[in-house]
Amino acid sequence: MLCRAACRKLVPALGSLGSRQKHSLPDLQYDYGALEPYINAQIMQLHHSKHHAAYVNNLNVTEEKYQEALAKGDVTAQIALQPALKFNGGGHINHTIFWTNLSPNGGGEPKGELLDAIKRDFGSFDKFKEKLTAVSAGVQGSGWGWLGFNKDQGRLQIVACPNQDPLQGTTGLIPLLGIDVWEHAYYLQYKNVRPDYLKAIWNVINWENVSERYMACKK
Amino acid sequence: TAQIALQPALKFNGGGHINHTIFWTNLSPNGGGEPKGELLDAIKRDFGSFDKFKEKLTAVSAGVQGSGWGWLGFNKDQGRLQIVACPNQDPLQGTTGLIPLLGIDVWEHAYYLQYKNVRPDYLKAIWNVINWENVSERYMACKK
Repeated sequence: MLCRAACRKLVPALGSLGSRQKHSLPDLQYDYGALEPYINAQIMQLHHSKHHAAYVNNLNVTEEKYQEALAKGDVTAQIALQPALKFNGGGHINHTIFWTNLSPNGGGEPKGELLDAIKRDFGSFDKFKEKLTAVSAGVQGSGWGWLGFNKDQGRLQIVACPNQDPLQGTTGLIPLLGIDVWEHAYYLQYKNVRPDYLKAIWNVINWENVSERYMACKK
Repeated sequence: TAQIALQPALKFNGGGHINHTIFWTNLSPNGGGEPKGELLDAIKRDFGSFDKFKEKLTAVSAGVQGSGWGWLGFNKDQGRLQIVACPNQDPLQGTTGLIPLLGIDVWEHAYYLQYKNVRPDYLKAIWNVINWENVSERYMACKK
């Protein structure tokens, strides 16, 4: 059977088929209330401990089922599980990035090479900010606005992704900064007024983290 | 080209208007309980029982990944009821051909302030305000 041999080769550190590290919910580097008044504590707590936690749990469950389907060679079952993998896997990836993109010490503007790249690819920091805001505001339904890096073309790009579709997995762009525009990300505080949330979030963007991500992928 | 560029906004806003217009009539303070007559017969025929139908529409609505709606619709070609989910504001009839009878909005804005992340609690509660008279009217109108 292909599966067992391949798996032993690919994951020599692990024991039998089916034993693998489970995904876990990462801790925030700040308290739930740390981003107030821009994003309130109730949102942060629900968003992290309920929504993100659910993606992690469901991802683990889905991956286990996927392992079983692989072991049985059941391609139909594998394909049937793909939406759940993309949804929960994407949800876990996206939120893990998001928490690091935010900081109580955030705001202002980036510096150095990232700022240079933003000016080069968008004209100015303000034009970049305007564009990412507009793209995020324009998401019809649930989704994310992203600043990503296009490795092939060596340039920054702004795109929206629907639902929990992960940026890199679906577009190839490397995620630098994500803005969650699912209603759960802002509704308790901003109600239907997504633009107010989008105005506020710039006050807590962790440019150090975004720069780190940029420097890591532009090599 | 401009016409085509405008299509997403037409579908989104047009669908949103269509869907919510139906939704408000699907709800009533005097709602709840079970349907009667021909609609109940059709539900039993196509889903086995009212409880199985309720279970299925609840599950389909709970399972929407992202924003969307759960629908009870009527398939005119096959003369039977069907339960489907639609993403975002995609209107049931415009995208699937099914005639909308009963819609359940599962966009987070429909329940978040009250039920937070617990969509299943909202889905449990909403059955108390379903306006079966309206759903029956819609069914009788399209099954001709």
